[in-house]
Amino acid sequence: MSKRQTKMLYRIIAGAILLAAAALIPYAGPWRFLLFLPAYFMAGWDVLWRAAKNIAHGQVFDENFLMALATVGAFCTGFFGEGEYPEAVFVMLFYQVGELFQGVAVGRSRKSISSLMDLRPDYANVERDGQMVQVDPEDVAVGSVIVVKPGEKVPLDGEIVEGSTTLNTAALTGESLPRSVHAGEAVASGCINLSGLIRVRVDRPFQEGTVAKILDLVENAASKKAKAENFITKFARYYTPAVVIAALVLAVVPPLFAGGWAQWLQRALTFLVVSCPCALVISVPLSFFCGIGGASRQGVLIKGGNYMETLAAVDTMVFDKTGTLTQGVFQVTEVRPEPWLNREQLLELAALAEGYSDHPISRSIREAWNGPADPARLSEVEELSGRGVRVRVDGKLVCAGNRKLMEESGVALPQEAGASPGTTVHLAAEGRYAGRVVISDRLKPDAAEAVARLKAQGVQTVMLTGDARAAGEAAAKALGLDQAYTELLPADKVEKLEGLLARQAPKSRLAFVGDGVNDAPVLSRADVGIAMGALGSDAAIEAADVVLMDDKPSKIPLAMAIARKTLGIVRQNIVFALAVKALVLALTAVGLANMWLAVFADVGVMVLAVLNATRASARRQAG
Amino acid sequence: MTRRFNMIDLDCANCAAKMEAAIKKIAGVEDASVSFMTQKMTIEADPDRFEQIMDQVVKTCRRVEPDCRIVR
Repeated sequence: MSKRQTKMLYRIIAGAILLAAAALIPYAGPWRFLLFLPAYFMAGWDVLWRAAKNIAHGQVFDENFLMALATVGAFCTGFFGEGEYPEAVFVMLFYQVGELFQGVAVGRSRKSISSLMDLRPDYANVERDGQMVQVDPEDVAVGSVIVVKPGEKVPLDGEIVEGSTTLNTAALTGESLPRSVHAGEAVASGCINLSGLIRVRVDRPFQEGTVAKILDLVENAASKKAKAENFITKFARYYTPAVVIAALVLAVVPPLFAGGWAQWLQRALTFLVVSCPCALVISVPLSFFCGIGGASRQGVLIKGGNYMETLAAVDTMVFDKTGTLTQGVFQVTEVRPEPWLNREQLLELAALAEGYSDHPISRSIREAWNGPADPARLSEVEELSGRGVRVRVDGKLVCAGNRKLMEESGVALPQEAGASPGTTVHLAAEGRYAGRVVISDRLKPDAAEAVARLKAQGVQTVMLTGDARAAGEAAAKALGLDQAYTELLPADKVEKLEGLLARQAPKSRLAFVGDGVNDAPVLSRADVGIAMGALGSDAAIEAADVVLMDDKPSKIPLAMAIARKTLGIVRQNIVFALAVKALVLALTAVGLANMWLAVFADVGVMVLAVLNATRASARRQAG
Repeated sequence: MTRRFNMIDLDCANCAAKMEAAIKKIAGVEDASVSFMTQKMTIEADPDRFEQIMDQVVKTCRRVEPDCRIVR
């Protein structure tokens, strides 16, 4: 509680005591209202003051004014009949309790979210003349070397030049498992150095670094308002005047025909109490705010309430393959030698033959063999583009490459050496087929689970890939995807996506998930673009609407679950608040509700709506 | 030009909405957003007259909620 809120709390308590005291004094004369005035002013002097000021500014339908009017009106009923003095004080008191509660709840969720966004580093250690000095991260120039000690926050993005350590990236990714990093690797600002001292060469000024980007994004998120929020503020603009006019009509019209002015005036004043739109107006943005905050705690940044709304309506999830569903790292997944040699021999042959090439495929073969490269054993290296290599290993002529190369070299391929998921390197020694090595991109360990969970949420899953058909379809089958389109050039992907968009049902939305590397056009074309592995990738943060800080596909169903839950809460709050208000208005009009019930309905609804909204940020393993 | 301002003592969500609606009507303001949750205001306006426009914005906000201050 802030100082102001604590003061308010004391005022409320004092007001309540004064009210109780006044109610206990057994005097029922015409001056009874004087007994209640101290309590009334104790509870509500600021409301009255603000109401007066706002009237001077022409703000008629201000909530302070409505409250002031309702309570002053209730005092005035004393001139007609039995004065509703306790009611008037109580309404004011309860209104203040509600305001206080709202302030505390909002402040608390604001704090919990900004604390997890507490990424901003306070200082950077720079060595100057052999002395370590702490400087403002914003003053560190690109290219300078900073020192990050264990327990400190990495203040700027850069590359480790010396030392190795483990980093806690939880503030950025939501991932609690520490990551180990070594010299030569990139580190992102906002991580916490856990174990060792590292020296980092800064490669970006602070304003362009990861922390600055994320903070900017989160702060911006609140200004992109969802449709539900715009609806409710627009609604509030008409609701209050409408209820006030209704109150006026209620106060004047029925008694003209039937009489009973005091009774109808009371009903009209009750209307005024219900006319405050605050419960509605606060609960919707609060829900989105909490939802966005809860998601960011899991390493999912949603750039605005509008995107959260769209994400909740997604029923088709389109994936890029490489780097999204797969690790984007090539590995030897199959070694199949002919009977005349063994596995090791085949791998050695392949690794030596590919010894000169720096192609990722060659590298992965050498890694799988893990033997010593010896250029002396090679001669007459001949790289044949689009086919492979022809080289002499220990004097023997070896061909390593695709099917075309084998055919050109007059090597007979065995029948079954056909399609397989990945890139196949065939090998032949002295014109004799030796076997094949298959290199493929590994699926991410949680990709299948992510697809299964999306399907359980009723989402269609589609994959677009530039890969060969066999490789693409094998991956799609292994993951259980509904559809897969293969052999697409980047431009084809946009076209395919537009085809899918055209087929969408009017209210359903389509999301595209990519790794942000050269799929920016597709990301921006989809209803919602989701980029993953954003830690350290500016392109992804810029292009996407939803950013997954790490590269786990399982965060996608989680993000969707959070979005759907948040939207559910928003809907509950809107319906609930409107229903209660409508009910109380109806009961009041026919004389079944009094001011007590009205203020309970107004403040109670707000408290419930606020409590419900904060549920959106609750940590939950959604499924 | 888009700039963001912190707001102090922005106490009511409905007021934030009212401010937003009123600021959007000021001539020269292309877009405006007042976030009650983050207590921040984002103004997109004509860069040449930005300060003048901001004076108007401050005046407008004071009319809606006199207690609220904008940090410029």
